[in-house]
Amino acid sequence: MAYLHRIGAKSFVFADLKDLMAKATPPRSGDMLAGIAAATAEENVAARMCLAEVPLKAFLSEALVPYETDEVTRLILDSHDAAAFAPVSAMTVGDFRDFLLSHEATPEILAALAPGLTPEMAAAVSKIMRNQDLILAAKKCRVVTRFRNTIGLPGTMAVRLQPNHPTDDAAGVSAVILDGLLYGCGDAVIGINPASDSLAVIERLLKLTDEVITRFEIPTQSCVLTHVTTSIGLMERGAPVDLVFQSIAGTEGANRSFGIDLKVLAEGTDAARALKRGTVGQNAMYFETGQGSSLSAGAHHGVDQQTLEARAYGVARAYNPLLVNTVVGFIGPEYLYDGKQIIRAGLEDHFCGKLLGVPLGVDVCYTNHAEADQDDMDTLLTLLGVAGVTYVMGIPGADDVMLNYQSTSFHDALYIREALGLKRAPEFEAWLERMDITGADGRLLPADARHPLLGYVAGRAA
Amino acid sequence: MIERDPWLRLARHTPARIALGRTGASLPTGEVLRFALAHAQARDAVHMPFDADAVEAQVRGLGFATLRASSAAPARDIYLRRPDLGRRLSEESRTRLAMAAGETVDLVIVVADGLSSAAIHAQARPFLAAFRPFIAEQGWSLAPVVIASGARVALGDEVGALLKARACVLLVGERPGLSSPDSLGLYLTFDPKAGRTDAERNCISNVRPDGLSFEAAAFKLAWHIREALRRAVTGVELKDESDRLLEEGRPPLRLGAA
Repeated sequence: MAYLHRIGAKSFVFADLKDLMAKATPPRSGDMLAGIAAATAEENVAARMCLAEVPLKAFLSEALVPYETDEVTRLILDSHDAAAFAPVSAMTVGDFRDFLLSHEATPEILAALAPGLTPEMAAAVSKIMRNQDLILAAKKCRVVTRFRNTIGLPGTMAVRLQPNHPTDDAAGVSAVILDGLLYGCGDAVIGINPASDSLAVIERLLKLTDEVITRFEIPTQSCVLTHVTTSIGLMERGAPVDLVFQSIAGTEGANRSFGIDLKVLAEGTDAARALKRGTVGQNAMYFETGQGSSLSAGAHHGVDQQTLEARAYGVARAYNPLLVNTVVGFIGPEYLYDGKQIIRAGLEDHFCGKLLGVPLGVDVCYTNHAEADQDDMDTLLTLLGVAGVTYVMGIPGADDVMLNYQSTSFHDALYIREALGLKRAPEFEAWLERMDITGADGRLLPADARHPLLGYVAGRAA
Repeated sequence: MIERDPWLRLARHTPARIALGRTGASLPTGEVLRFALAHAQARDAVHMPFDADAVEAQVRGLGFATLRASSAAPARDIYLRRPDLGRRLSEESRTRLAMAAGETVDLVIVVADGLSSAAIHAQARPFLAAFRPFIAEQGWSLAPVVIASGARVALGDEVGALLKARACVLLVGERPGLSSPDSLGLYLTFDPKAGRTDAERNCISNVRPDGLSFEAAAFKLAWHIREALRRAVTGVELKDESDRLLEEGRPPLRLGAA
């Protein structure tokens, strides 16, 4: 069905709902690369005006990616909760924005609404929201998950400790784990991107982190970010797998390019939960996403990258994950060109994920060929802290020496806690205090050269 | 004022920026400026103009014949936004390479700026010098070395097809990291032609004096080429087993027969 919008004497025609969504998206290089972006600034706003008048119900009858050929669309529509949707079912996209920002939309009401919303509805409303709207509405959405600690409580923000090393060297990885823990980071997960895909190497990294967590009774979880099928194989060998990781995307074709489908994600989830390694909960999956992955895989169906990203959260929520994060600036300037586009996308992703009931964290990051720098990351981190982001990354000095990109550092986490008063996951916060790493106010204590963690890591490295 | 971290001695185990110390919650001034410098160097590497004349002179100096080519991306900022243009030859280059084509050869080497001209300026000549003896030892026939500007990895597919090469080796400046602004990548593609996917290539990464040495990279590449030509395949089906031939962890200077 075509959509028409008139501004004065001018008529703007949009071929169908996906064309309207693409043209209404705030400008970004990936949609231009795909050839689906608005041609002019005026057409972009005309599309947003037109989209604001579209009933939310339209997204239940007009699939942007065909139902018959895409299992992600089938998952979204078949699991849609009509009863939860009922309170907003008569609204247009524009009404829905007004509702989200009203005082009537309380955290409890938004949580009850989540199963009634599709990713396309979340994406649509985000396109007509300004950055401050995305922040304020996301702040009202609370998603709490548990494995060995409690993540997502109001007033808290967790950090993934990311101790990557270019050759997976055990002493090098351990040194960064120590650095991160003594800087008060690691409540979301101690999560390593391995350089190697060798099973033996990955198993060694799993054992290394498991030993540190067990030896010091750290209320956190570990993950080696490898393919879900590799994790399943490792669990069968008896390796200590806490969280099962997988990169996911918003279309069946893009997921196939990652070597996965919905069935194998279910197998991974079942296998991880069967181990019962969580102590306070069994949210056992960890997913990463990022705008542009479907275009990169040649599986975007002419749909804009932000809508497809929201569909990836539709995939994620089916598996009750502990953690989901967008790697917002990682994929490169052909998808998000500069700091402005990265900041906007980070806020959109966070809002859409939270609205859909997904525990969304953000890898606040950029590559060296993007027009961005540390100041842009400071801005996005601060905005996300205000918006109530579930977690961010912690990398020593913000420099990932294995993946060659810049993210947020252990110091950045301290900064945002100091600036906004954000606490860690409560179990982890208590552990840090018990270990004399932080004081009662949550600030770091002066480091002690005789700290047992330091002795342990130095002893193993020797 | 600065709180120092008493685990600085562990920094020898990792290139990561650990034990930086702090003032309050924040980085000390020295590290803020060191980081800014590293980022500036990486940025300059991305935007540094490619000195194709100098690179061509170096490659000729090693005794290789050369050709020049450019991608369909007319400028650096367009190159960064439009990866599709960097994967295609310009009309003019396509015509020129087609006219230069001779008989079928074993190998074409493409030297491509990619995302770091600095990497090509620094590493292309010493790498090719280390690799040259393997070409002679194995008796591979060679097309002229193509110096390509505005290029992404897949540009080698079209070059390889036009120059009738059984396999294409593409040297490319890798996406600069903060700690490695001038790292060289090597991509090997058997039966290069437009439409090849990354799953059909083998990659040897991080070639630079502080990473994978020129000698080790040259040996590894030669092993892959020999196996690719023998088994008529590259990519996920060609697993790297070259480590088995290392002599006490060091790369041998000759490859020998399969």
